[in-house]
Amino acid sequence: MFTATTLNRRSYRTQNVARAVFFLMTVTLVIPVLIIVGTLVVKGGPAISWEFLFTAPRDGMTAGGIFPALVGTVWLVAVALLASVPVGVAAALYLSEYAPDNLLTRSINLAIINLAGVPSIVHALFGVGAFVLFFNIGASILAASLTLAVMTLPVVIVATRESLQAVPQAFREACWNMGATRWQTIRKVVLPNSISGILTGVILEVSRTAGETAPIMFTGAAAFVAFLPASVFDQTMAMSYHLYYIATQQTGVPEEVTFGVALVLISIVLLMNAISIGFRVYLRGLKKW
Amino acid sequence: MDRRDLAWYVDRAAQALVFVGGISAIIFILGIFVFVTKEGLDFVLGPLDLGEFFTSIAWRPTSNNPTYGALALMVGTASVTGFAMLFSVPLSLGAALYIGEFATGKTREALKILVEMLAAIPSVVWGFVGMSIMNPLIIETFDVPVGLGVLNAGLILGLMAAPIMTTIAEDALKAVPDTYREAAEALGATRWEVILKVVIPASKNGLLAAVLLGVGRGFGETMAVLMASGHAINLPTSPFDSVRALTATIAAELGDTVYGSNHYGALFTLGIFLFLVTFIINLTADVVVRGIRKK
Repeated sequence: MFTATTLNRRSYRTQNVARAVFFLMTVTLVIPVLIIVGTLVVKGGPAISWEFLFTAPRDGMTAGGIFPALVGTVWLVAVALLASVPVGVAAALYLSEYAPDNLLTRSINLAIINLAGVPSIVHALFGVGAFVLFFNIGASILAASLTLAVMTLPVVIVATRESLQAVPQAFREACWNMGATRWQTIRKVVLPNSISGILTGVILEVSRTAGETAPIMFTGAAAFVAFLPASVFDQTMAMSYHLYYIATQQTGVPEEVTFGVALVLISIVLLMNAISIGFRVYLRGLKKW
Repeated sequence: MDRRDLAWYVDRAAQALVFVGGISAIIFILGIFVFVTKEGLDFVLGPLDLGEFFTSIAWRPTSNNPTYGALALMVGTASVTGFAMLFSVPLSLGAALYIGEFATGKTREALKILVEMLAAIPSVVWGFVGMSIMNPLIIETFDVPVGLGVLNAGLILGLMAAPIMTTIAEDALKAVPDTYREAAEALGATRWEVILKVVIPASKNGLLAAVLLGVGRGFGETMAVLMASGHAINLPTSPFDSVRALTATIAAELGDTVYGSNHYGALFTLGIFLFLVTFIINLTADVVVRGIRKK
């Protein structure tokens, strides 16, 4: 009675073919990552040395290192985080803990999707129009970081909102029943239970911010600055812009150096991503509810 | 003032602050529109010839008799994005189906992490990959003089847009209740039949939204397209032709313009156009997704 009929066998064969085809499609999609990382390591690896990481470029950027660009990227990311994390967490708190299901909330959600979807070069134009010109900050770390902050705001909001919503509603209700205000509940119960998830989102944002090029091109990144930035009102070199510059604008740069810069940049970005992913997996293991 | 009053005031203050944070996204998106429009407005109301803008391929902002025809740039963006979607849409949806419906345990986790890594590679690195790895590869494989063009930029862009499509499509599949699958399986359907007859029809709006957001991503990509497309004003006739994209034009030329000049205004006008098109794409995706929730 339960032996397979021809029809059964045929449908199982179809299923197996479908499974194999979809598997191949997935592999086609992810294999380039491995090829790219592999090629960068092979071709850029030889360029990496202490001298490469910790000295300034020399001889029209054909020799020397990338230290000012590394320091510049750290400045840009740090200032961008200072600006976007408080705003992003506040936005996520509003959406998760306060917002009623109404037109305003729907508009906020739509605005977040759009903020993430607007082309990076339009963010750059906004940065020029708003921060550099209108608020008269000039092309500087501050203007570039604020542009980056606006652009990566959705990353913080979405990650934070997700970890806030993962806190069971019963925790909040228990706290309200003790007579706590909404804010006391958020501070003493919701945030402590979601802080690590928020941190995961922040690390992810670091990775996004460090790699962006277009938004900083006209708002504060410079092709070559002989000194390290002293304040947020200085222009600075940055890893991403440095790679663009030596790959397209500067002639006579040895291939090894360009690949080296690309390798360092992608290492920073992927390392941050790996930390974020590792953190998330670890947290899932810790989860008590 | 007793302690409860203080707590009450703190609560109110916190609520107000958090509300400001909440509407910040709206403020910023309006801010982007206002400031980009503000810089481009003089040009739009003055020298801009809309007919020329949409129908002429002559983008010659620096000539003595400047013309601002953006058709070639629009065709450039469209051809690269179209080519990218041609292979990226089926692959991404296939990957989403495999990760969401077939893969289990460690395989599933590993594939998800690899897709996330794909999304993490910065666009300037993609552009560099296009110039330094794909370019010689295309020249050698197809025996063509230049490897920077629709094919190169399209492949890069497709890989860049794939993770967002895969992730959103997988979310859409996940949103189909398991009871649907169980009901079909109880009737004797194989997993493939479940997917084809139950899961895909039930999640088709979500899948469509995933594709739309992928198109939006490709449309707005800047650095990778600038570096891999060849950046030549051209109406492409073959996949090996160099083209120039809207986004790339702004990135390449804004640094050389004088503040307030016509050229400067023209680039901001391209920005307004890009903003409006992506806004419409995102709005459509939102409406499409909302369509399923209502049912």
